[in-house]
Amino acid sequence: MVDLKPKTPCAGLVPLRVGPLSLLEDAPGHMTAIAPYLGQDAALSEALKAAHGMAAPGVGRMSGTRGARALWFGQRMILLIGPAPDAGLVKFAALSDQSDGWAVLRLEGQGAGDVLARMTPLDLRPTQFKRGHTARSDCAHMPASITRLGEDAFQIMVFRSMAATLVHELKIAMGRVVALQ
Amino acid sequence: MRLPCPICGARDRREFTYRGAAVALERPDAEAGPEAWDDYVHNRDNPAGVTRDLWYHEQGCAAWIVVTRNTATHEVLGSILASEARRAGSAS
Repeated sequence: MVDLKPKTPCAGLVPLRVGPLSLLEDAPGHMTAIAPYLGQDAALSEALKAAHGMAAPGVGRMSGTRGARALWFGQRMILLIGPAPDAGLVKFAALSDQSDGWAVLRLEGQGAGDVLARMTPLDLRPTQFKRGHTARSDCAHMPASITRLGEDAFQIMVFRSMAATLVHELKIAMGRVVALQ
Repeated sequence: MRLPCPICGARDRREFTYRGAAVALERPDAEAGPEAWDDYVHNRDNPAGVTRDLWYHEQGCAAWIVVTRNTATHEVLGSILASEARRAGSAS
């Protein structure tokens, strides 16, 4: 029997450090897409709170804390990141396992916003896109989920199959931003 | 060009995919007859002025939306979710 070793989407690609910037991979245990049934949004939010300690996030927001987060993930869609979903949630929403399906990267350091601004059309100004704000958008022509984790820290997610391309593009942009600093 | 997504707010055009006139939301009844179906499938107005188009926020929240814009001035006048437009029966 062959013993297969699990490999994260960005294994061998990160961590990357360029000047004050670093690109790291977060490999959460579970990722579950939660699509609330019509009229069940409030009940789902209560169930999420009871089971995982955070209410359902509003549009463009993230709730929870490091280790157990709920991310707004598109029209009537929430992504639960970290814990395995509580079985009781199926009463209020359709769940689908996304674990290992998405690459989760963290871009940190002075100029992180400038790097992302080269890759996405999102308005990333701190007054418009604050800590805990999240968006689905285009990142280097790939469908992405972008979240501000701090003043100079962002989470960037793309499909696992695009991980190497995203790291490649980010590396180039990081070099160019640092060269101008 | 920026389009107002009813869910996400103003977003760059490159996040959207264009479908065409919002007439696609008014599918005729199966028994409606050849003229109604001819209009639905083939015939489109080409207005110099206000028009309503279907767009898909593909690189964003994945909502279908109806955007009202002016082809003469390029002004974008507003948008609603396609599901709401259909419910309101005002997709013409």
